[in-house]
Amino acid sequence: MVKEVEKAGIPIVQMCNLIPVAKTVGSNRIVPTISIPYPLGDPATPKETQWKLRYSRTKTALLSLTADITEQTVFPV
Amino acid sequence: MKKAVVYINQFFGQIGGEDKADFAPVFKKEKIGPALEFAKNLNAEIIGTVICGDNYMGSNADKAVDEIIELLEGKEFDIFLAGPAFQAGRYGVACGTICKAIKAKYNIPVITSMNVENPGVEMFKKDMYILKGGNIASKMRADVAAMIKLANKILNNEEIGSAQDEGYFGRGIRRQVWREDLKPASERMIEMLLKKIRGEAFETELPIPEPDRVPIAPPIKDLSKARIAILDTGGIVPVDNPDKIQSASATRWGRYNIENIDSLKSGVYKTIHAGFDPAAADADPNVVVPIDVLKTLNKEGVYGSLHPYFYTTVGTGTTQAEAMRMANEMIPYLKEDNVDGVIMVST
Repeated sequence: MVKEVEKAGIPIVQMCNLIPVAKTVGSNRIVPTISIPYPLGDPATPKETQWKLRYSRTKTALLSLTADITEQTVFPV
Repeated sequence: MKKAVVYINQFFGQIGGEDKADFAPVFKKEKIGPALEFAKNLNAEIIGTVICGDNYMGSNADKAVDEIIELLEGKEFDIFLAGPAFQAGRYGVACGTICKAIKAKYNIPVITSMNVENPGVEMFKKDMYILKGGNIASKMRADVAAMIKLANKILNNEEIGSAQDEGYFGRGIRRQVWREDLKPASERMIEMLLKKIRGEAFETELPIPEPDRVPIAPPIKDLSKARIAILDTGGIVPVDNPDKIQSASATRWGRYNIENIDSLKSGVYKTIHAGFDPAAADADPNVVVPIDVLKTLNKEGVYGSLHPYFYTTVGTGTTQAEAMRMANEMIPYLKEDNVDGVIMVST
């Protein structure tokens, strides 16, 4: 799905936990998440902590869309 | 008699389902699940079963591998079998990861089995024998039998044939062989050339794999004016699942209006994804589709505006062809609304 959107000329960032899979299928912009069942907020941590994590990763994802990349890039979080 | 170790996940290891996917690896001396099936015809004694949760391996691969190697410390075995993993993506990647590590550490043969749609195939087929397996667990017997057949050949030091003959995914390894027809390359080339000239079908002897890559879309120049849309494959839907999106092997998708809400509330939205424990996503759907922080980031002026809908399907077991089709059904809506950039959250 990511590749189809990219093919349509719209920059897309994939937020996911299994980075090697995203790389293999050909996602160009990748921002790591923390797990599969809860990508953006660990329920074992306080709500405040989850919100901060989600805010920071989502902001990283937004900013990644402005990066002029020339190869597959995993953005640091 | 030679010795073997079998690797399986928490599900086939009879530990539990998705709620146990974080299960840390254990070594059991018993033959469990598929190991019992292997034991029937394998020309080796199975000395134990390694069981590891798929999420545990997926989220901490290095740690999981180290722990498994530690569990196997001092044990002697001649072959390592993992799976079969069918079309289960995380399980396939886990089988590939541990097989590669075991092969590097002990330099022994490793074998696994996956369906062609499993992302583990593309990632690991060059590193090991991955037999072409079925898509669902009901193919267990046939897939295990195929693994045993190849394993026994290896254990008996028999010659291993080509990928086509043995049923594994081509590994990109070329070997010199005597052809049965003894026809030299020059004759075969001329035959192929003539067929090509006549417009007939011919089969190359050197298929060049095409890397399936797409050109990188140009970046957003001014994020503060950009329109952003969010997609997910984590199955977040209104609680009544109005589009009846399937919990696995999805062929349907939906889009849901978020113009007038600040957050995806529990009880109003939930996940219908059958490939992970839904507890966290049901308790707070924003952990998959972060509408709450997207609204805040918009108010702060980080980006221009949010497309009024989020788009959902379920990624587990979904074929690449269906995923392509669904994406191409979504794209016109994004284009029509002049969306400048997209976030995809995958589970």
